[in-house]
Amino acid sequence: MKTKAGKLSKTAKNDMITYGMVIAAYIIVQILVSTGHVSSLVQGLLVPFCTYSIVAVALNLTVGILGELSLGHAGFMCVGAFTSAVFSLACKETLPSVPRFAAALLIGAASAALVGFLVGVPVLRLKGDYLAIVTLAFGEIIKNIINAIYLGVDAEGLHFSMKDALSLGMSEDGLMLIKGAQGVTGAPHDSNFTVGVVLLLITLFIVQHFIRSRTGRAVMAIRDNRIAAESVGINITKYKLIAFTISASLAGVAGVLYAHNLSTLNALPKNFGYNMSILILVFVVLGGIGNMRGSVIAAVLLTLLPEVLRSLNDYRMLIYAVVLIVMMIFNWSPNMIFLRKRVRQRLAAGREAGEEV
Amino acid sequence: MSFAAHLISGISLGSVYALIALGYTMVYGIAKMLNFAHGDVIMIGGYVVFVTVSGMGMNPLAGIVVSMAACTVLGVVIERVAYRPLRGASPLAVLITAIGVSYLLQNIALLAFGSDPKAFSNVVTLPNLELFDGQLVIKSVTVVTVAVSVVVMIGLTLFVKKTKIGRAMTAVSEDKGAAQLMGINVNGTIAVTFAIGSSLAALAGVLLCSAYPSLTPYTGSMPGIKAFVAAVFGGIGSIPGAFIGGILLGVIENLSKAYISSQLADAIVFSILIIVLLVKPTGLLGKQVQEKV
Repeated sequence: MKTKAGKLSKTAKNDMITYGMVIAAYIIVQILVSTGHVSSLVQGLLVPFCTYSIVAVALNLTVGILGELSLGHAGFMCVGAFTSAVFSLACKETLPSVPRFAAALLIGAASAALVGFLVGVPVLRLKGDYLAIVTLAFGEIIKNIINAIYLGVDAEGLHFSMKDALSLGMSEDGLMLIKGAQGVTGAPHDSNFTVGVVLLLITLFIVQHFIRSRTGRAVMAIRDNRIAAESVGINITKYKLIAFTISASLAGVAGVLYAHNLSTLNALPKNFGYNMSILILVFVVLGGIGNMRGSVIAAVLLTLLPEVLRSLNDYRMLIYAVVLIVMMIFNWSPNMIFLRKRVRQRLAAGREAGEEV
Repeated sequence: MSFAAHLISGISLGSVYALIALGYTMVYGIAKMLNFAHGDVIMIGGYVVFVTVSGMGMNPLAGIVVSMAACTVLGVVIERVAYRPLRGASPLAVLITAIGVSYLLQNIALLAFGSDPKAFSNVVTLPNLELFDGQLVIKSVTVVTVAVSVVVMIGLTLFVKKTKIGRAMTAVSEDKGAAQLMGINVNGTIAVTFAIGSSLAALAGVLLCSAYPSLTPYTGSMPGIKAFVAAVFGGIGSIPGAFIGGILLGVIENLSKAYISSQLADAIVFSILIIVLLVKPTGLLGKQVQEKV
């Protein structure tokens, strides 16, 4: 992405700022941790910061670049989390941790991509709010089904049931992988902050290069005017599916990171339900639709905010709600946008007047 | 007889969904926004009745009237403070604000009443209906719920078709700008819509809590989502559609809980929604709008 003069183009510079911000934040946090300035509360949040940043960037690809509202990204995260956790648990003894995590990552991303593709084929035919409600429905279905799965492995191979643990008919030395609503227990603890930051950088790299690519521009053309895009020969379904599948697969990566940071993985309404999908959407909208750096900042700030307010106990979610409403009105209200413009003009005029004197 | 019993309790649940969905669909049809806080207005309506009837010993009917009035005011205030400043902004921004309002209402209720479930006393004190020598008992609250939702659906249809405000609503929903040029007070019409939707939510809240007597700050959120699904199912913006969607959703949910799997009931409901939308992308009774270039 270099121009003839050897200078970075504006977009490339913008991308570099994003990477630089993440790397700088990583270095500062590492220094603070090593000098003991970070409380254990915040240390416990470092991996969730990365997880939510990745999934926010992934959703921003769907909302900001593809221009469709998805309320099911927690479902894709759930798929990535469970497939990778099952794999890691099954290979806990046989593989060393680095290749195991790498393989788990690929499996999580690939399975989320597959589910994203399967969901995308029917869903992307719909538009607007209908699309939103169907993605929400798919997210809930995924969570419901995972809660009903029993999976075990023993010398005879894999055992699968949707009823209960007994009907698996496992031999005694077998290993339970998924225990229905009790989820996956004992997957290795392979995620850490460094891994999270590396995955976040890879995600940003993939998304930002996708946006600048020919495919990405086709996707944005569809977002801006579907009919015009179709009439210049862009295959709408194909490009929409590509963007949606990549977005789902990156959400799966966030799920892998999430799963390997926990000792017990459950599919609860809190972590993989529609509430989570909505929370991710809040990160995206507050950070700026289509702005990847904004998504990362919003995800980190909004994950931190309830924890910082923890001393206020019962009032913290109330304050969170008020902050959310006020920020939305301040950022998006046509009157406020006008007011901000006026204030800026007034300031600029004042500065000019000051210079003249 | 057990099938009939499951079917009837499904219709009862469906009538509650239908009442909530009517409010959703009215607001969506006119303001073109997903009011995610609608489910939480239901919960507030339930708490108002809980306080007035169980706490202050008021007559249940008076309690319901107070609750409807309180929710009407609440709906109008929410619209004025949170949604009106964002008129003309991106629909996503409005959606997120609605989510913020939903969190706000839940946490206000959490602070005021705590998170432990409140036992809600049934406000319908009529005798139960017994059919076939007592083989099939229909609870009075079921009969009342179904009757109320049918009356409300017919009433709303007539209101929208016959009255001046109702026709102003139709005009605003079709074209805000043109309606304003014709001298319709757009903001006022939208406020009236919110008032009607919220008072219906209060009614739905009372009936929901009478049928399923446990009230927490999160009581409204899942029925709210289900009712939204019902509204989309029936074709969002359509009043009879919301009614049919609500009833169907309740019946499907109850029958799949009884005969297939209680764990997968939600998954089944959502799968049927997806199948319906794939066959008919605008819902059962939704209007197909031709796209112009």
